[in-house]
Amino acid sequence: MSENKIIDARDTYCPGPLMELITYMKQASVGDTLELLSTDEGSAADVPEWVNKVGHEMLGSEKVDGVWHLKIRKAK
Amino acid sequence: MRILIVGGGTGGTIVANNLARRLSAEIRNRKVRLTMLSASDRHMYQPGLLYVAFGQMTPDQLYRDQRGLLEPNIDFHVDPVEKFQLDKNQVTTKSGKTYEYDILVIATGSRIVPETVPGLAEGAETFYTEATAVKMFKRLREFEGGRIAVVVGVPHKCPIAPVELIFSMHDYFKARGIRDKVSIKYHYPIGRMHTIENVAKWAKPEFDRMGIEIETLFNVKEVDAEHKVVRSEEGTETQYDLLIAIPPHKGMEVIEDNNLGMGGWIPTDRFKLTMKDRDNVYVLGDTTNLPVSKTGSAAHFEAEVVSENIASIIKIGTPVRDYDGKVYCFIEAGHDRATYAMFNYQNPPDLKPATKPMHWFKTAYNQMYWTSVRGLL
Repeated sequence: MSENKIIDARDTYCPGPLMELITYMKQASVGDTLELLSTDEGSAADVPEWVNKVGHEMLGSEKVDGVWHLKIRKAK
Repeated sequence: MRILIVGGGTGGTIVANNLARRLSAEIRNRKVRLTMLSASDRHMYQPGLLYVAFGQMTPDQLYRDQRGLLEPNIDFHVDPVEKFQLDKNQVTTKSGKTYEYDILVIATGSRIVPETVPGLAEGAETFYTEATAVKMFKRLREFEGGRIAVVVGVPHKCPIAPVELIFSMHDYFKARGIRDKVSIKYHYPIGRMHTIENVAKWAKPEFDRMGIEIETLFNVKEVDAEHKVVRSEEGTETQYDLLIAIPPHKGMEVIEDNNLGMGGWIPTDRFKLTMKDRDNVYVLGDTTNLPVSKTGSAAHFEAEVVSENIASIIKIGTPVRDYDGKVYCFIEAGHDRATYAMFNYQNPPDLKPATKPMHWFKTAYNQMYWTSVRGLL
């Protein structure tokens, strides 16, 4: 059964939101959905770039009250 | 009041010593009992492993006797915890003893797991343990030229280490007079050459000056040690003659075995440093799941908050401080210059040009650490 996991990477400079996502992606199972919360403006571009390059699935990206919510499904 | 500290690394030791002094009267009057359980009777200064890998320190210089670092009023046992029974406020150790507590501090640290990447353990050198740091130095010493590839696992302890490694290698081969025979290629997991943007901005021109080739968005998928090829999750590959890895890490097995946190990282409140849904359990250092650097520095600043709050709870019934995410990292920029990165949850680091005095300060800190871990600095 797939899981939904929220990764709170708001207000972090190191290891940073994308590093946090990669960490949790390694722990996740194929089909799981991860929602990354980030206050780093760069996340809106660099997270989809990595997700697409590796071959996972970008489900959504929206900014709510200054926080990016980036939803990704682990595809492999 | 029984305070139990599990783990004798940087974080646990600073908490123990800090509490031992803040609560010396209460301990003397037997109102408080302070106990530490550790897996080892020795304490390692882990940042020194980088120096071992370049022949600048020998492993024996990295250790002190753990008992000797602790205040005498701390009840210290080398008896690692095997079972955490948080509902009963007790733990059971390897020797079979049970320790009850009112307040628990978990600071068990992290471990390298190169075996989670096929071929990495067999095919790559690393410097994250005493044995592998010595082995890496021997490989570097016999290396006469060729292609060196550096790869970085996720997550990893000391996010500055990949950058320091490159600077040190450049200076090492330069000193041997063979830098022109060595090509160095640096691979990094995300889309810029360091996760901290200001570190990346500072380091990029330095890497260009040293002639370092950079490939970003490279997460190690597998190593073919026979053919000397490392491949990425992103679909690229690099040929090498010598592969050096910053290995991926996990929390300690005992954390996973007790279902305290996935990957061995315990869910922790980023300000209070308490375990999720457990107000009498504090977590610090590498053991947390916080989006904070896994470094001795983070453990140090977290330890100050944890110990001050525990002492305040005992003295006035309430904690007094939040952790603000503070981290201070020295950055060795080769064998004779250094700079630093200081930041917290709200403020990014502002890097200054590397200088010789900052390197000397770092060299001094390598000895001052023993004062720091006693909770005096």
